Amino acid sequence: MIELKALNKAFGEVKAVDGVGFTARDGEITGLLGPNGAGKTTTLRMLYTLMKPDSGQVLVDGIDAAVDPIAVRKRLGVLPDARGLYKRLTSRENIEYFGRLQGMDEATIASRIDGLSKALDMGEIIDRRTDGFSQGQRVKTAIARALIHDPRNCILDEPTNGLDVMATRAMRDFLRHLKAEGRCVLFSSHIMQEVGALCDRIVVIAHGRVVADASPDQLREQAGTPNLEDAFVQVIGSAEGLAA
Amino acid sequence: MKTILTVFLKEVRENIRDRRTVINTLLTGPLMAPLIFVLLINGIVSRELDKAEKPLPVPVIGAENAPNLIDALTQYGVIIKDPITNPEQAVRDQEADLVLRIPPSYADAWKKGEPAQVELIFDESQRDAQGSVSRLRSIIEGYGQRTSSLRLVARGLSPTITRPLVIADRDQSTAQARGGMMFSMLPYFFILGAFIGGMALAIDTTAGERERQSLEPLFANPVARTKILLGKLGATGAFALTTLLLSIIAFSFAGQFMPTEKLGMTLSIGTHFAVLTLITMLPLVFLIATLQTLAAAFAKSFREAQTYLSLLMFVPALPTLLMSIFPFKVETWMYAVPLVGQQVTITRLMRGEAIGSAEIALCFACTSLAAVIVYFITAHIYKGERLAIST
Repeated sequence: MIELKALNKAFGEVKAVDGVGFTARDGEITGLLGPNGAGKTTTLRMLYTLMKPDSGQVLVDGIDAAVDPIAVRKRLGVLPDARGLYKRLTSRENIEYFGRLQGMDEATIASRIDGLSKALDMGEIIDRRTDGFSQGQRVKTAIARALIHDPRNCILDEPTNGLDVMATRAMRDFLRHLKAEGRCVLFSSHIMQEVGALCDRIVVIAHGRVVADASPDQLREQAGTPNLEDAFVQVIGSAEGLAA
Repeated sequence: MKTILTVFLKEVRENIRDRRTVINTLLTGPLMAPLIFVLLINGIVSRELDKAEKPLPVPVIGAENAPNLIDALTQYGVIIKDPITNPEQAVRDQEADLVLRIPPSYADAWKKGEPAQVELIFDESQRDAQGSVSRLRSIIEGYGQRTSSLRLVARGLSPTITRPLVIADRDQSTAQARGGMMFSMLPYFFILGAFIGGMALAIDTTAGERERQSLEPLFANPVARTKILLGKLGATGAFALTTLLLSIIAFSFAGQFMPTEKLGMTLSIGTHFAVLTLITMLPLVFLIATLQTLAAAFAKSFREAQTYLSLLMFVPALPTLLMSIFPFKVETWMYAVPLVGQQVTITRLMRGEAIGSAEIALCFACTSLAAVIVYFITAHIYKGERLAIST
């Protein structure tokens, strides 16, 4: 379970995140929706302790990120916005590296890679060097690398960004698979369809603030429109920076 | 410790797969110095030997005016060439190094016992010709000396009367020291080797990793950033150390092919030299690796990091340059200054001079201390929020 409480972060004069707070529960997919530049990535970066919030609190399974950031990172599987791979290493070596940094033993790493490779359909690419991988192959490797240690909480920053239709569908199935395993899945997106189709709970962020935090049905009800797209536009105030 | 080792092994494995890095570490870095040296020394030696033993061709105008002088010149290895019509022009155009002109008045003056004049036409600014000019001058002066002695004897006087003073040269430099002077550039080449060896990794592990957007996922792992930094520094240092080691071995090997004894020099570049050089260089290698990583951490991109590190490469040249321009006396404090300490130690080792273990310990300790200080600065930068963010 992930709890964010009244997070603030400013870069100079610009308030990137202004009092963001929400909870992502286990066994649910929580979608963080917002236009480009709304503060989604900065919020997630504070969650996985890459950045320190100016004020506010991050709790992962009850552990305060400001008190024990390493314990928090141990409980998170993170696919950041930046997902560069090591080109001179194979897909497997990339994943193994992160497994070792997680403190796992070699046998566990090997069996986890087998499992993830099946779940993500990576059989053909797992022992190839990642130089020359397609966007979809890169994202698969990055996700396997992020989840090697079997984390309870999965954070994915725009996981379908740059993927083609087939890869996007596979990714959505994979997120549902994570949910079925009882994990807490938090992902960000600026694509309304995706959030509407996947999420149990939608947190809408605009201008660094949470403007809505509800289930898709509640959101439609709140806005008084049967169309989720119209509901989003209404709570955000404009459709700028969003994609259908 | 396991984390540090994991990072270290991954960086080593990844960079060993990069052909350009491997070539720089294993070939360019270590071989550049000995190669330049063998070429340089062979050039100097063959030029010096040329000058001393080769026949000296000199165009002579008015040779018929002084047949005895011409005989004497021929005896000392001068080859008399045909006269040139415009000697001044020929020298200015570098068609001839020097021209000897014997005016018609020579014979008259000689017979009367008056100073007979010969003209030496040369260009002082032509460094190449200077050896020939001074050689011909001393041959002619020698001939004059002998003639004057003969004339004095003929008049019943002792020839010593014209030589109230003699100078005896007592050169105190040892053969090793003369060699060492020539090799004062060597420490710089060792330091440069370490620079080249570590450069690719310092950039790749920090600026490169950020540019490829892999630093942020790396930092999402549950490990302290200082451990990641230590692993990366270890890998950078290991590559630099490999370059240095190969460079010392290659140089010790190449030293055997340098015809230094022909110049009256001996170099001490045996095992003793190699081991002590390695000890003094060891902390410097890590100081350089840390400095390179620090500079790369400030850079926003791979290219910017390359620019910074290329500029950084000029820093170790400074003490070498200053020391070869200004003659200096070695003082104890010099061992305490990183770069200068290594420079002084290696130069003295080559000259075969004894160095106390206290001096080497001082050099080692102070450079290590500097490396630790730079490490803490780099660690501070590494902990910063901005470091990981690529965009």
